[in-house]
Amino acid sequence: MTLVRRLSAYLRVLGVQVRASVLLAMQYRLDFFFDGAIALAWCFAALVPPLVVMRNGRSLGGWSVGECYVVLGVFLVVKSVLEGAVGPSLLSVVEKVRRGSLDLVLVKPKNALFLVSTARFYPANAVGTVFGAALIAIGFRTMGRWPGVGPVLVGFGLLLDGLVLLYALLVFCVCAAFYAVRVDNLTFLLGAIFDAARWPRSAFRGAVRFVFTFVLPIVVMTSLPAEALVGRIGIREWFVTTMGTGAFLAAALFAWHRSVRAYTSAGG
Amino acid sequence: VLRQCGALLRVGLAESIAYRVEALIWLLSTTMPFVKWSLFHTLAADAPVGTYDQRAFTLYFVSAFLVRNTTGSWAAWQMNMDIREGTLSVRLLRPVFPLLSYATDNLAALPIRGAVCLPVAAAFVWSTQSGERPQGPAWVALAFSLLCAWLLNLLANMVIGLSALFFESTIKWMELYTVAFSLSSGYFVPLDVFPPSVRAVLSHLPFRYQLGFPVDVLIGRVPMEAAWGPLAEGAAYVLLLGSVAALLWTRGMRRFAAYGG
Repeated sequence: MTLVRRLSAYLRVLGVQVRASVLLAMQYRLDFFFDGAIALAWCFAALVPPLVVMRNGRSLGGWSVGECYVVLGVFLVVKSVLEGAVGPSLLSVVEKVRRGSLDLVLVKPKNALFLVSTARFYPANAVGTVFGAALIAIGFRTMGRWPGVGPVLVGFGLLLDGLVLLYALLVFCVCAAFYAVRVDNLTFLLGAIFDAARWPRSAFRGAVRFVFTFVLPIVVMTSLPAEALVGRIGIREWFVTTMGTGAFLAAALFAWHRSVRAYTSAGG
Repeated sequence: VLRQCGALLRVGLAESIAYRVEALIWLLSTTMPFVKWSLFHTLAADAPVGTYDQRAFTLYFVSAFLVRNTTGSWAAWQMNMDIREGTLSVRLLRPVFPLLSYATDNLAALPIRGAVCLPVAAAFVWSTQSGERPQGPAWVALAFSLLCAWLLNLLANMVIGLSALFFESTIKWMELYTVAFSLSSGYFVPLDVFPPSVRAVLSHLPFRYQLGFPVDVLIGRVPMEAAWGPLAEGAAYVLLLGSVAALLWTRGMRRFAAYGG
């Protein structure tokens, strides 16, 4: 009962934070539509490099054009979550740590990581989610077949794993702000690294593939859900990925707790 | 002015050395051309992509790393912040023309960037054959194309940054510019890989002179006799962007009220 009550309290807080973000975004309508237009421009831009490479019927690392659309679709969905939900909230912690205003979050009677993770949403980035979902559908139409219930479930499960991995990766990045003063360009670095996730993982070889699978698992976030949707991998891979995701998240949460303990409210 | 520039360069260099983690993050973010190299190297294993085989991709992306690091600019972010927060007034009080101080901020980072580029450049020179790097007078064309790329990057940033004197924030303009730059400059993929009709349009936009053209000169893809026309076009874009930046500065200063906190 207590657990249900606590959970509903957190859901209420989440609702308030989302509503505040939507109201804030809609307050400046021109900006809101401009944000949507930029998100749409990025979606089209994301398509260009793979399409240019594949224009002569060339496959990408053994992936057909339709399958690549599915990878790109998943990439755009994850990217929209990164830029519209997880990224803005967590990366605002960097500024809070520097100015010392994280104190105001830490003294609140709710989990600090939850509060900073849900502080800000950019609803205009939902354009990317819709565009990505449409691209996945176009991919299957191009292939001339549709996924069954099993691959959809496994694909959705792996997508959730991917989003958790993304969250954990950002928590690690934010922890760096507790130890170093200026890490403002982390956003740029993350965006630049994540851009590589638009390509199927088989297009990478050697050390780069190892890094993008186990150290900065960006290809796991996009390639694995796509591979499940097109039926290349199944429930066994999902299980292994979920175990790995759990370990990655646990390490990130441990790093967060260590970092908060080291926080000395240095700002003014 | 030279003494002032020297002092600004020393301060900028000290700042870039002082924040080591920031420098490390920046260093990691500049390695993206190597990720693209790894990717395209794999893709070209079976057959060339357009006119690019594996070796051509290696040369292209290594050169893109060198050119981007020596000519990149990020002044728009600082200008946007200075104008929004009113701290531009501090720069206006100094006995140095503010736009010059933004330029020297950029130049001050060059020694650190150069230190990172030097081993890569040495490996490039050591491993390339004579047809894969500039010969004789082509080095002059390369120097001009690099200067042109730096000025274009800086002035484009200044135009976007100075627009903050007229709009609430120009970060969104910067994002749109980044989309256009990434696609049209050869940063994502070499322009030669695009279909001919698209390439014909892209090769006359300013973005090409910010990255793709100096890279092509560096890897010997542009013959010396064919370099002067594009260089003149790039210089014309420098003049155009310089004029727009000057106009925005003079008009913007009339309305700047240092309203930040």
